Amino acid sequence: MARPSMLRRTIATPLILSALLVAFALVAWLAGSRPFNQTVIDIFLQVIFVVGLYTFVGNSGVISFGHIAFACLGGYVAAWTTIKPMMKGVSMPGLPDWLMQLEIPFWAAAVAGGGFAAFWALVFGAVLMRLSGIAASIATFAMLAMVNSIYSNWTSVTAATSSVVGIPIVRTVWPYLIAAIIVVFIAWAFAISRYGLALRAARDEPTAAAASGVDIPRVRLIAFVISGAIMGAGGALYAHSIGLVTPDTFYLGLTFTTLSMLVVGGIGSLSGAVLGVLILSSLIQGLRWLEAGVQVGASTIALPGGVQEIALGAVMILILMFRPAGIMGNSELTGRIARTEKPGEPGEN
Amino acid sequence: MAPIMQVVFDALSLGSLYALGALGIALIFGVMRLVNFAHGDVIAFCVFALLWPSVDAVAIIFAGNLPWFLLIPFTLAVGAGLSVLSEVVVFRRFRRANPATMMIASFALGFVIRYFLLMLFSSRPKSISLLPGLSQPVELLGARIPLLQLITILVTIAVLIGLTAFLRRTRFGLEMRAAAENFTMARMLGVRANRVIMGAFALSGALAAAIALILGSQTGTANIMMGASVMLMAFIATVIGGMGSLAGAVIAGFALGAIATVMQVILPPDARAFRDAFVYGAVILVLIFRPQGLLAARGTKERV
Repeated sequence: MARPSMLRRTIATPLILSALLVAFALVAWLAGSRPFNQTVIDIFLQVIFVVGLYTFVGNSGVISFGHIAFACLGGYVAAWTTIKPMMKGVSMPGLPDWLMQLEIPFWAAAVAGGGFAAFWALVFGAVLMRLSGIAASIATFAMLAMVNSIYSNWTSVTAATSSVVGIPIVRTVWPYLIAAIIVVFIAWAFAISRYGLALRAARDEPTAAAASGVDIPRVRLIAFVISGAIMGAGGALYAHSIGLVTPDTFYLGLTFTTLSMLVVGGIGSLSGAVLGVLILSSLIQGLRWLEAGVQVGASTIALPGGVQEIALGAVMILILMFRPAGIMGNSELTGRIARTEKPGEPGEN
Repeated sequence: MAPIMQVVFDALSLGSLYALGALGIALIFGVMRLVNFAHGDVIAFCVFALLWPSVDAVAIIFAGNLPWFLLIPFTLAVGAGLSVLSEVVVFRRFRRANPATMMIASFALGFVIRYFLLMLFSSRPKSISLLPGLSQPVELLGARIPLLQLITILVTIAVLIGLTAFLRRTRFGLEMRAAAENFTMARMLGVRANRVIMGAFALSGALAAAIALILGSQTGTANIMMGASVMLMAFIATVIGGMGSLAGAVIAGFALGAIATVMQVILPPDARAFRDAFVYGAVILVLIFRPQGLLAARGTKERV
């Protein structure tokens, strides 16, 4: 664990971010409207995904396009473990007997999803982390396609591309809020831990870090497993928020949104990850609302479908052009003013 | 004998597609260290450029009705044009950015292109008939193969020979190879950066258009996601080939095509749906033993 002084110096960040999330949850609770409640749940889930991605990408500087694969693994764990045994027999007859009979509460499914994803992150990561940065990024993309291809075709266990329904739906915001806060604290604890510091040293100065005894593939692998676990748990919770899973829920679309939120907020910053979600979620909601159509006088004006993604892509490109380190840069919300770290860009290799 | 030749031709034609894709990606990576995730969407765009915008299930063929000697240059020009446009509008601003930033920007650009197509054409696949004369089978070495497959292989070989000649024998090719080797040094010696980079983008876009024509006539459908799977295999080919090595990309592309075809034959029918997953698995095995790729390009070595 890190030195106490470091703990004191940085504890403000997760506390401020948690307060921000609690404020959102309170607004949702006070508003009491069903759709808004769902929106806030989506935001918390997205916080989990983006912070999970940040744990690896932000600290290592290696871009990953594959983390949503871990969410997919977690989502299906939720389906395997929480659907009523009778329904499982119909949609997924190929499950082993012990899994078929299993019915556990949603939080246990989230933990199990995290564990399952962490295991596979260890297996994949052991290979991928040996590659240099760019090749590793492309290989993570291949990992995403591989998981998607398996889950879209393994009819007896994942019901192939059709939706697996019957996952118990959890509609209150609190479990998602608690999960998001836990994830923020895990990400913070990792970033100030011995491995997190070593990893960021390797990100900024790979040669110097390696010369100082940092085993770069190993610290990258640790971050990969932790972030995989977070994504897996997030995927399981995602399944519980909508009550069904399909392989394509966890594919390029979600990858793109998650990555754009991290990029806009700031790849190298935990606060950036959370703020990116809050900012882009508002933008997405606004555009969805416009796509659904707005009443202006007698006529309804609706944007054509697809505008939402185009706008998101454009925002992402503009941010990368003019502020490549994102809104937060490399700094964190600390409650103090104008004490930014030396600006540096994550990920040279 | 005949079934074996059949497999060989299948492997060669699939490998040709992957090799053309990998070449388009490696060309751009070579000159500016950009991993162009928008490449697959350029492929899709080229197919849709032949159609008139509509959200109906039946495609309204527009430019696709041109005779082949106009259709092919038109499509190649669309691909090259879109690719150069993406350079001028987007990637030019990222010259000094690090490769990771450029990669995300190209990912975002690919999404913009894909959803632009979705806006005009909807996400439903459309059936099109492109160059229908090419589906007739021909007899060759005891195997009956579609004419298109033969043409695909021949075109790829021609492109490879042409490109090699271009890169080795012309001044522009020399400049491009110099830029791939050491961009700063090449500029100091009088290579015009913009010209070389735009040239690389135009070539890469034209290669994407060639893939679009082949895929479009092969599958008979237009789908906004159609570039994605070829692009992914092409990416993997560039990683296995050693990032930025053109020869490596082509060899790896053909190798992937061969592995995929052979798996299609030897896997039990139940497992055939997982063919691509097995191919990715094989790739990961290769990377365990050669993490730097088969032919590591000189210019990509990390300098201290």
